[in-house]
Amino acid sequence: MTNGRPVTSEKKRSTAIVPIRIPAEVPEPLADPRLSDVDEWGRSEKMRALARTLYEPLYSKWFRVEWEGLEKIPAEGGALLVANHAGAIPSDAPVIMHGIEKELQRAVYGLADYFFRTVPVVGTLWARAGGVSARPANAYRLLKEQQQLALVFPEGTKGPSKSFTDRYQLRRFGRGGFIEIAMRAGVPVIPIAVIGSEEAMPVLFRLPTVAKALGLPYFPITANLLTMGPLGVVMPFPAKFKLRVLDPITFDVPPDQDRYSKSRIMEEAEKIRAQLQESVYDMLRDRRSVWFG
Amino acid sequence: MARRVLVTGADTFWGGRMVQALEADPSMDVILGMGASTPSVPFERAEFVRADQAYSILNRIVKATQVDTILHTFMVTNSATVSNRAMHEINVIGTMNLLAAAGAAGSSVRHIVVKSSTLVYGSSARDPSTFHEDTPRGSPARNSVERALIEAEGLVRDFSEDNPATLVTVLRFANVLGTHLATPISRNLSRPLCPSIFGFDPLLQFVEEDDVVRALLHVTRGSVPGLYNVAGGGRLPWSEVASICGTRLVPLSPFTPLKIRPLSRLFDLPGELEDLLRYGRGVDTRRLAATGFDYQATSAGAVESFIRALRLRRSAGKTPSSYTYEHDVEQFFRHSPSVTGGVDS
Repeated sequence: MTNGRPVTSEKKRSTAIVPIRIPAEVPEPLADPRLSDVDEWGRSEKMRALARTLYEPLYSKWFRVEWEGLEKIPAEGGALLVANHAGAIPSDAPVIMHGIEKELQRAVYGLADYFFRTVPVVGTLWARAGGVSARPANAYRLLKEQQQLALVFPEGTKGPSKSFTDRYQLRRFGRGGFIEIAMRAGVPVIPIAVIGSEEAMPVLFRLPTVAKALGLPYFPITANLLTMGPLGVVMPFPAKFKLRVLDPITFDVPPDQDRYSKSRIMEEAEKIRAQLQESVYDMLRDRRSVWFG
Repeated sequence: MARRVLVTGADTFWGGRMVQALEADPSMDVILGMGASTPSVPFERAEFVRADQAYSILNRIVKATQVDTILHTFMVTNSATVSNRAMHEINVIGTMNLLAAAGAAGSSVRHIVVKSSTLVYGSSARDPSTFHEDTPRGSPARNSVERALIEAEGLVRDFSEDNPATLVTVLRFANVLGTHLATPISRNLSRPLCPSIFGFDPLLQFVEEDDVVRALLHVTRGSVPGLYNVAGGGRLPWSEVASICGTRLVPLSPFTPLKIRPLSRLFDLPGELEDLLRYGRGVDTRRLAATGFDYQATSAGAVESFIRALRLRRSAGKTPSSYTYEHDVEQFFRHSPSVTGGVDS
């Protein structure tokens, strides 16, 4: 029945009545009318430039940031920057990102909890300024496929939420996920020790009930809030910031493995934590004044 | 090699376009279009079979026509067009019947191509910026269209495991924009005011309408099996899409669900846009490119193609649809001995 249809004669019919054109075999590329420079991470270099202009006075006049060993950060190729994290609304992240972009003219993507994405306005600005949610897949794509610099704080929210009495006591380094990513991507880990961030916005105590009610990771009452009122929410104290870049650490394991030895990961993570902790103590030993360094 | 192809949803936009594209290919010997209603575009040499949406008669058609390829374009990816129940019927039951027919003993089917959507990845704050074909979803499915597509893809996956001799291709298309297709996104963009969610500016990826047809043709002709994302290169923020299209964004409150926002009545906002307009979605397209597929348009190019066609329609008015399917006339053209020359309308 249907098999025996005289299809051959019908092939010769014209295609004149087809109203929708049939796509060209060899595609002729259509124009790409991009208006903004937002990249696939949501980062915009124009927004970064604006943020740098606005942040520059804070960076060089307020915090008077001093770097040590900045030359250890490679001028090209991927690397995972790892730093200690402190202060209710931590200033260490913008300081590191600003500093490296200013001194080395290299973009830095800051990896942070996906929580930021869920906050209106903040989430968008955070992404435009180079924030990326800290998913292993994102870190791998940044480091391995795009050979970028990514900044991560392995302490997570445990760092900034700790109270001032625990200052400069580094918290647990998560589950060592950052080591695994660096191994998989085959990039070095570069630890950065930061001092000054604790005093910029000291956490006096926390209100866990309020945090829970608002759905926030923590709700700190800071010294800034008590001294400056509402302005203290965003305004840090002018503590002197000092940063020390430690030697890059490479792992002699093949990249792109499905799994890496968990004990090795935890061992390396603890080694880096201890190294950062020791450098922080060392820098604090040299510090004569919180405000003048 | 002469191919015998069955196209599902031949009465829908994509089915119609695929039938027309296949007709232009002389290596496609027999083209059968199946659909629940009359086709909206004229078919040259393809046959049209009317069937219910869940394809209960598909088994008999496959057996009778001995098709070797099934192009399953009839997957609903826009929940605004049909009820949830109809969508389940079409996407899940339809796919199930189709696979049952293709997997029946002595079946002639050697290749099944399924048109799916990147909706299966969902959209949430926890998502990675880029989904690979193997990346699992970041969040449970929250709306009926995503659930239906996930279920349908699951059936396809089971089928391909059970029938290793049959090639199975699943293409997951990003949001489509182009010259003809009307989707909730394109309808929103074609108005002077376009919805957004306050404080969110998601990155979106689009695929041009012609690239959808070309990708489906590419895998059908080349018998390329596997699971592929299909999306134009690059990603652009929703605000940029709106400014390319010359429409103004109206921010809706981010704290109340879309359904109860008073302003949402003015816009086309099906459930699947709720999260997309917050978090967007990006997919990796290198796998399909590696099979030799070249895109005609980037994401921004797709937006441009859409807005250019829209400007033309605004200036020159709608092109009148001159075609209505008349069963008897089609039968006459195909089978009457008096028809000797070319057909033109």
